[in-house]
Amino acid sequence: MARELRGGAVGVGQVGAGRGRGRHGRVWVTHLALIVAILIISAPLLFALIKSTQISSDVLSPKLLPGGAFFDNLSGVWVDAKLGRYMFNSTVLAVSVTVGKTILSLLAALAFVYFRFPLKGLAFTLVLLSLMLPTEVLIIALFDLVSQDLKWADTYAAIIVPFLASATGTFLFRQHFMNIPTSLADAARIDGCGPLLYLTRILIPMSWNTIGALAVIQFVYAWDQYIWPLVILQNDDKQVVQVGLRRLIEVGGQTDWGAVMAGAIVTMIPPLIVFTALQKQFSRGFALTEDK
Amino acid sequence: MLKPAATRAQPTTEAEERAVFRGVALPWAFLLPSLLILAVFVYLPALQTLRLAAYRANVILGTERFVGLANFTELLLSPAYRQVALQTLVFTVLTVSLGLLSALGLAWLASRPIRGANTYRLLLIYPYALSPAIAGTLWLFLFNPEIGVVNQILGSLFDVRPRWLDTPSLAFGLVTLAAIWKGLAYNIVFYLASIQNLPGDVMEAAEIDGASGAQVFWRVAFPLLTPITFFLVFTNIIAALFDSFALTDILTKGGPYTGNAGATTFLVYQLYQDGFVNFKTGAAAAQAALMLALVAFITWMQFRVGERQVHYGA
Repeated sequence: MARELRGGAVGVGQVGAGRGRGRHGRVWVTHLALIVAILIISAPLLFALIKSTQISSDVLSPKLLPGGAFFDNLSGVWVDAKLGRYMFNSTVLAVSVTVGKTILSLLAALAFVYFRFPLKGLAFTLVLLSLMLPTEVLIIALFDLVSQDLKWADTYAAIIVPFLASATGTFLFRQHFMNIPTSLADAARIDGCGPLLYLTRILIPMSWNTIGALAVIQFVYAWDQYIWPLVILQNDDKQVVQVGLRRLIEVGGQTDWGAVMAGAIVTMIPPLIVFTALQKQFSRGFALTEDK
Repeated sequence: MLKPAATRAQPTTEAEERAVFRGVALPWAFLLPSLLILAVFVYLPALQTLRLAAYRANVILGTERFVGLANFTELLLSPAYRQVALQTLVFTVLTVSLGLLSALGLAWLASRPIRGANTYRLLLIYPYALSPAIAGTLWLFLFNPEIGVVNQILGSLFDVRPRWLDTPSLAFGLVTLAAIWKGLAYNIVFYLASIQNLPGDVMEAAEIDGASGAQVFWRVAFPLLTPITFFLVFTNIIAALFDSFALTDILTKGGPYTGNAGATTFLVYQLYQDGFVNFKTGAAAAQAALMLALVAFITWMQFRVGERQVHYGA
């Protein structure tokens, strides 16, 4: 597979050249299909965006013209329904988990690639097998552990610490480090450079694409967390925004849908910012993993 | 679980060759944070889950009684649990197959050499920022029988206002569609990347030999995309099993009731209900143990298929 993909990278332009020839008549069908598909896919989002800007009397009407009430809708729930608090908590969670996972998996990959030590195979298998154990499957026992034994219920630690290790991250960095010539590390060591210095001065500057690609995945994963915060956090002061959406819908008897839509739109913004900021690293980081 | 390549691990051979730095304590010190977290928050709870599955326990009262395999036999004999398992299977098959087919089709179209292809690609992948909870929230409003825009349109055009969330078949279909919609961008990202890496010379050769567009797609491109398709099949199965929780929790709350259980109650939702709403810890732990076996089987299959793919292009 590796060879195929590498060979393919050269031929990207040729695909284009070959495909277009003699088929200009049908290009509009492709355009039409794509436009229709994108309209259908975007419809719920566009609808939410429009409704989030309408005044409350328009929200429940079939009217589909944007209004100017977005910030009114938002401010109604930002403080009263604690949306601002939820957004802050989710940001703390997602940033801590992303940074923590990156550091821990860089260190683990450093050990796996540049050291020889007893039981290395076992240690690696332990990291590998954790992929088979998603939180949902462990949730009953994890709840007992975190709430009864550690007494972490309603703390940030409960939603951050259990997620700091990353098998995916360790694999990706290991993969990436193994593609870096050993001579570099040899030269560094001969010059008296220790492993930690080598990591911070040489490996990390050479790994920004992988770090960026991973950060996007980890951030979105942490931001989307739902079931664990739902069960472990009883107090709304620490609750995350995904569960907060459920609270917004349930608030009082009458759901303020304009405000809920504004909340849903705001909830999408942080992942969009991360995705947009790291888009280059995201696609390059993927290309790197395909080499192996 | 990023790429099939990333999970194809060779623990000893390659890595062992490069023992650049010396020391036995140092590598363990680097591994310690990761291993400690995995031991305490993954492996310990996993073992504890297996233990709890053999007990009838109550978290609130703090009582525990050993019952052996009774929790498992009760589950497997329960018509409600069987229905939930069957619903999960149908839901998974539908979301994975329809989701991947539409993602592949759209990624293929957006990879054609047409004007604005970059814009199309961008518009197709930005819904990656959607979470299952947001998807549930939007669809709850869209398909609200009284105030939802879908029924307002259907009502004014055809004078029908289906009770989307109260009718078992409609609710099931709605959850399935929402899950496909939510997963589309993720699948398109991976298909786009793989299509761009297809060998252009092979496709061009096929075209010169007179293959039609459809033939190039099905006979040349589709077989070359099997590795990524397999990878996506597995990640999508896992997503259908687990990510569906937030979606159903907000959109349908597992309902509406039909037969012996809620029509959109899937395995994880049932686990959550038994563990955290009905406080039947033993039954929930037994379900968790069964799911653990299921995920282990799926992961094992993924590795086996992944291994076979190594020889694919050789």
